[in-house]
Amino acid sequence: MKTKTQNIEVDAWEGFKGSTWKDNIDVSNFILENFKEYRGDDSFLADISPKTAKVLARVESLLAKEAKTGLLDVETKAVSGINTFKAGFIDKKNEVVFGLQTDKPLKRIVNLYGGTRMAEKALEAYKRKLDPSIGKHFVEFRKTHNDGVFDAYTPEIRKARSAGLITGLPDAYGRGRIIGDYRRVALYGIDRLIEEKKKDQLGIDVSSEENIRLREEVSEQIKALGEVKKMAQGYGFDISKPATCAREAFQWLYFAYLASVKENNGAAMSLGRTSTFLDIFVERDLAKGLLTEAEAQELVDQFIIKLRLVRHLRTPEYDEIYAGDPTWVTESVAGMANDKKSLVTKNSFRYLHSLVNLKPSPEPNLTVLWSEKLPANFKKFCAKISILTDAIQYEGDEVMRPIYGNDYAIACCVSAMQVGKQMQFFGARCNLAKALLYSLNGGVDEKSGKQVVDGLAKCTDKTLSFDKVWKNYQKTLDKVAATYVDAMNIIHFMHDKYAYEREQMALHDTKVERLMAFGAAGFSVVADSLSAIKFAKVKPVRNEQDIITDFEVEGDFPKYGNDDDRVDKLAVEVAEFFFGCLKKHKLYRDAKHTLSLLTITSNVMYGKKTGSTPDGRKSGEPFAPGANPMHNRDCSGALCSLNSVAKIPYCGCCQDGISNTFSIVPEGLGHDEKSRINNLVNILDGYFAQHAQHLNVNVLNRELLIDAMNNPWKYPNLTIRVSGYAVNFNRLSKAHQQEVIARTFHENR
Amino acid sequence: MKNLKNQKKEVQGNIAGFESMGLVDGPGVRFVVFLQGCPLRCAYCHNPEMWNAREEKFLTTPQELVEKIKRYQPYFKGEGGVTISGGEPLMQAEFVTEVFKLCKAEGIHTCLDTSGCGEATDELLDNTDLVILDVKELDENRYESLVAQKMDKFNAFLAKCQEKHKNMWLRQVIVPNYNDSKESVLKLKNFAKNLQNIQKIELLPYHDMAKKKYKQLGIAYRLQDVPAMDKAKCQELERLLK
Repeated sequence: MKTKTQNIEVDAWEGFKGSTWKDNIDVSNFILENFKEYRGDDSFLADISPKTAKVLARVESLLAKEAKTGLLDVETKAVSGINTFKAGFIDKKNEVVFGLQTDKPLKRIVNLYGGTRMAEKALEAYKRKLDPSIGKHFVEFRKTHNDGVFDAYTPEIRKARSAGLITGLPDAYGRGRIIGDYRRVALYGIDRLIEEKKKDQLGIDVSSEENIRLREEVSEQIKALGEVKKMAQGYGFDISKPATCAREAFQWLYFAYLASVKENNGAAMSLGRTSTFLDIFVERDLAKGLLTEAEAQELVDQFIIKLRLVRHLRTPEYDEIYAGDPTWVTESVAGMANDKKSLVTKNSFRYLHSLVNLKPSPEPNLTVLWSEKLPANFKKFCAKISILTDAIQYEGDEVMRPIYGNDYAIACCVSAMQVGKQMQFFGARCNLAKALLYSLNGGVDEKSGKQVVDGLAKCTDKTLSFDKVWKNYQKTLDKVAATYVDAMNIIHFMHDKYAYEREQMALHDTKVERLMAFGAAGFSVVADSLSAIKFAKVKPVRNEQDIITDFEVEGDFPKYGNDDDRVDKLAVEVAEFFFGCLKKHKLYRDAKHTLSLLTITSNVMYGKKTGSTPDGRKSGEPFAPGANPMHNRDCSGALCSLNSVAKIPYCGCCQDGISNTFSIVPEGLGHDEKSRINNLVNILDGYFAQHAQHLNVNVLNRELLIDAMNNPWKYPNLTIRVSGYAVNFNRLSKAHQQEVIARTFHENR
Repeated sequence: MKNLKNQKKEVQGNIAGFESMGLVDGPGVRFVVFLQGCPLRCAYCHNPEMWNAREEKFLTTPQELVEKIKRYQPYFKGEGGVTISGGEPLMQAEFVTEVFKLCKAEGIHTCLDTSGCGEATDELLDNTDLVILDVKELDENRYESLVAQKMDKFNAFLAKCQEKHKNMWLRQVIVPNYNDSKESVLKLKNFAKNLQNIQKIELLPYHDMAKKKYKQLGIAYRLQDVPAMDKAKCQELERLLK
């Protein structure tokens, strides 16, 4: 049996070096043995091919239709699954990479495993109705993830959730942020993966509940792999064996990803780190004369078109939190293999070049893993594309590689994990600013007047004392953390039970490491509030119910974002303290605690739900996104602001990411294009050299955004970076558009 | 203040503001320090709040300032550095000299952004890597009416920079209907041709964003009816210099 398999693989693997990856499932080893670093410039890149242009034209007309209504089509007679739909095409004779989520482009899937309520509400919003025979299964015959969670939730969790203290929890929809190692299908073929899973299963004894669960899960994984093979057959491909050429490698890998977005509707369905892996196949074909550069770019562009078409059915409430219908098909590009050699290949260029060939777009969420040591030509190319498209985000390879090795990828916006070896239990975020108000109001909500957290003393002082506030805040955070951990343990227990990601987990090692990602919002509001209390005079204003609803601030105080240690240290202390509180609690399936300072676009919603804060922010006003300083409070220029954010510790504290968004007007970046590119490279180098983790870069004019808000038709492709992902500006709500415009723009004098 | 008096007569700088990410005042990423006080009264000045040398804004010692600048070294990358601008930095030449000396000791590139209206010692220029000289006007009469000062200090400063072979960038603000003609720009080009070590000439489009400041400060604005300079046209003029 084994020799037979090997013979077929010998042909597919012809010319590839190394043996470790042949004996074991080890894509990382395959890459390191075979990739060819590219240190040249962008002059080799090819324009859009005629075929791609035709497919793109068809897609653009569909996207325009979708933009009018928010939803083009949805299947109401079937439930999500790898083989629910027959093959679908955009323009069959011009496509070179095949496969759609459903039988038609942009037609959405109803997924009921997470919960029926969300799906029904979403359909209702678009005036559709679920076929009764379908819904019935999930109401009468089986339970959903959402049902399970609410059966187990404690009263404390329910209160914290409805008050907006802990929100965005994946308790009614797919958790996402799991990256299957989709490359495995291209490198090994489905049969070998099934064979390995079977071997793994034999090695799991039944001595514990965990092992029994794992045995059941592996069986599910094997079934899912079989279904992927069947799905590919529907498109006329046999993916049981390894891909034999670049075209097949793209196709096999895409099928593996496609199955995951057919089966799951997770918040973030990220792709991983595929460009350098696929480059190895492209290089082999180029060398053999089987492929031209134009054809290589065509494969990349068409693959990327497919990724841009991924859709999930969402409710209007969901869109209020995560504006712009994001799917976070995050792809991590570049990074270093070791201290000397980068993982930059020609394909890294081709992926970014798709933003030129196909015009800017929020998806896939292209993420450059930045290091000062990346080849200079590549760094300049990134800066050039950033200035041109605003569609790239940057993340610090030097701070992540020591923790995750050189084959990690970003899920969603800033969450790093080893591809195929680690997965994440996503946990949205806790509103730290609201928690600060609770610590003053004895756990009573400043907006509703309801008691949300018990056992906290009420502040009766006329002027706030820092020591007292800090002590009470610590006590509050400790209680909130306990509730937060409870919620997360319940959610992920139920998710595994009722909405297990069979196919994605089939593309992980069987013994996977789990990270549980907690999050915090309102970070800069809290830092500035504590600074105001410490360095200025803050007097609480109470309403008739004796609830503090506002503050009077006398005098000035240092503000986070000015590279001023007095307040930046307070910010660090808050992050470290909160993480410490979380770490006191044991996690489901022995997951490891991680924490993010990331709001995505929910900073607007969190602000809406939070009363006035001691930093002078008024009730309802948006928070700053992620770890960003509050708008217009950074007054000594952008580098001060970057330096403040760079002080927040990633390693050992905020290991799920520290999101920072940076906007600058083009003239501010330099006198001419060449200096703008150089300057942007230097800024990125300088920021990441200080062990910072993430930076979104927008190079645009405030006036342009105002014009786009008023005349959206003029800017169909205007893509901007918000917290951790890119959006099409036109798809943001008015409130989000205004918040983006209000943000600090760095202009230079 | 009292304490400082007792110290050994350390020079202090009177600083109007900082820009931690200066990307247009010299090569690379620069930490820009704006010094308070200026002897000129240029018609288009957009920082009138920096005119008064006696107004104390933010006092600091050279050491303190350089400690602050050092925080931004990761961004300089052998290309950027510090730019001292103003106001007119030469009004606080002694302070600038001390700051530049300390910067040189730290390997930080130093740039003096000046109108040339002040005394520059050998020691100051020896510690200056690049001089950005604002060539307000080439005609002596027009110079005087534009900036309300005589031109001799500018001429002397330029001569000294030339004598010491300083690397220089020239700059000129382009104002509509004043100096936005091809002839005017070609005159500037010709002027530069007769100088040594001119690495770059930049034309800066006049903008009218300072109008509000003048109103707040109760100062009459001389270019009330002059529109902002068209940026594209300014770039076109700049091409004449190549």
